[in-house]
Amino acid sequence: MGKFLLRRMLWLIPVILVVSTITFVLMHAAPGGPWDRDLSARQVDPATQKMLNTYYGLDKPLWRQFTAYLVGDVDSEGKFDCGLICGDLGPSYRQRGLTIQQILFMPPEEKSVIYSRFGYSMRLGIYSLLFAIIIGIPAGVISALKQNTMVDYVSLFIVTIGISVPNFVMAIFLIIIFASTLHMVSIVPRSWDEISVWVLPAVILGFGTMARTARLTRASMLETMRQDYIRTARSKGLSERVVIIRHMIKNSLIPVVTILGPALAGLVTGSFIIETMFGFPGMGRAYVTAIGQRDYSMIMGTTLIYAVLVALANVSVDVVYVFLDPRIRLD
Amino acid sequence: MTIQVSHPSTGQTQAHIADLTNMSVKPRSLWMDAWSRLIKNRASVVGMVVIVAFTLLALFASVLAPHNPLQINDGKGFLPPTWIEVGSNGKASDPAFFFGTDTLGRDVLSRTLYGARVSMTVGFLPTFIVIIIGTIVGLFAGYRGGRIDNLLMRLTDVFYAFPDLLFFIIVMVTLRQTYIGQLLNGLFLLFSALAVVGWVSFARIVRGQTLSLKEKEFIEAARCMGATDTRIMYRHILPNALSPVIILTAISIPGYIITEAILGYLGLGLIPSTNPNDFFITSWGASMLEGQTAINAQPWLLLAPAIAVSLVVLAFTFLGDGLRDALDPRLQGTQ
Repeated sequence: MGKFLLRRMLWLIPVILVVSTITFVLMHAAPGGPWDRDLSARQVDPATQKMLNTYYGLDKPLWRQFTAYLVGDVDSEGKFDCGLICGDLGPSYRQRGLTIQQILFMPPEEKSVIYSRFGYSMRLGIYSLLFAIIIGIPAGVISALKQNTMVDYVSLFIVTIGISVPNFVMAIFLIIIFASTLHMVSIVPRSWDEISVWVLPAVILGFGTMARTARLTRASMLETMRQDYIRTARSKGLSERVVIIRHMIKNSLIPVVTILGPALAGLVTGSFIIETMFGFPGMGRAYVTAIGQRDYSMIMGTTLIYAVLVALANVSVDVVYVFLDPRIRLD
Repeated sequence: MTIQVSHPSTGQTQAHIADLTNMSVKPRSLWMDAWSRLIKNRASVVGMVVIVAFTLLALFASVLAPHNPLQINDGKGFLPPTWIEVGSNGKASDPAFFFGTDTLGRDVLSRTLYGARVSMTVGFLPTFIVIIIGTIVGLFAGYRGGRIDNLLMRLTDVFYAFPDLLFFIIVMVTLRQTYIGQLLNGLFLLFSALAVVGWVSFARIVRGQTLSLKEKEFIEAARCMGATDTRIMYRHILPNALSPVIILTAISIPGYIITEAILGYLGLGLIPSTNPNDFFITSWGASMLEGQTAINAQPWLLLAPAIAVSLVVLAFTFLGDGLRDALDPRLQGTQ
């Protein structure tokens, strides 16, 4: 087990390497430097640009900039600045004086880390996932037990919509219904401390995952229901309740549990449009803002964090699967 | 009766047995079988109708649109749709503008019709390229094995690690100002980015099919008869590996349409045009981006493209589900 985990974790290294190489190459293939992006705004004068380039090390050859980003570099005073391998994502080009990890992980003064941008996004992701599980699994179970009835058809219809309609389009519909027409919620709340303002974004974000969970639960239930051990359980006189809960649901949840890791990663990485729509103080909105401002180091840093999250989620699936299903062997 | 060399694993062997025992059932091919199953599925027929309708709307947008999508009507900005007499901003509706107008007084219906062009093109064109590349690479990797196969598998591992949408965003952000980024109002770059990522999943699925098919007896038989590798690959393996490719296609198309809409909504998709000679004027994603500031004044700016995207995507999902059931009946009802 330990060896397996270690090997899967080591796989993260090439992933980070490839993602950062692609991102780095693309950013340097873009015309111009980071200071003359916005053509409509006032241009930074050449002398300042030169100074900024020297300050951020952008006057060095490309390969050296790349190694400086990944490993680190010696500055003019001979001091070694550690790069990505020490967890340093570099300075932001637009929010001067702040590094990327400060922007993403530093909470406002005297608050805990869950109030950082990353913390906000993780919380939103977890709430959405909870919604997806609490609604999705029972919906899947019920629609499998009542296969080919009205309940099943209604649930399948909602599930199909949830799977195919992208969450930001769903957000548009729900915002227009609940915020503009019924005035039940405000789109941009003043504070995110009240739990009620989290409901709409969490539901919208989790809707697709809910649908996918329900569909998978239903499929898995239908398969389990036809197994021999269910017939055995029934024939030895167990009550239907016990058969359903102990034998069917327990066994059919194995594949469902395994999608939850990637689902959480998907929720965190897929939230940038929802976060932007609701003015949410999370990582996703910071990412969209960085895109708008062409803050390259910020885009690169956030992309890396997202990629690591996705990779970690995939590793977690393998691990969870092995714990849950002893038939599966590690190799 | 004449003896034909029938293709094993297609429905024809069955049909022959039926023929030999003098039953008056006409032999039907696998594809005819699948087609008859598909058109019995009501949801996928509706899906096909919607897809054909939107394709026609996209092709004939210039004829069907009631107004020029670029025509600015002074003083007619933010008109509500026709069925609302007076909108929330106090403006009266105009029967000439069915879904009302946007901030510059441009007709929302016409702009939505033109938006179909981008979405349908994004749905079909990159998919076509991706299928061809993916299928050829997958066939070679699966059939020849060895170094090509190894390289392909390592490549797919890497592609799977990079979240697709993030890759598209980075490509569109960085290369948008270049010459390539401006081609076809930014769509060329988008198609290329989609193709760079998309062929991998097709290659993977064709490779998997090829690996299991090449061990089958009918391939051995073909080889014994002296068929060349190319012939075996394209005449014997490919037709038998097509079902999952078709299913994957139906799943990929809505994915591409959604990706374009998301990128458009982030301001990274199609660059909205002001030149009436352009084929692509605006996209649904770009329309939604323009509409989001007017969510209270004229919600139909957002609703019209949002409904259009939902309809098209749902139609493809229904068709995809129907295709899966039709081509792989063993899976029916389980997913």
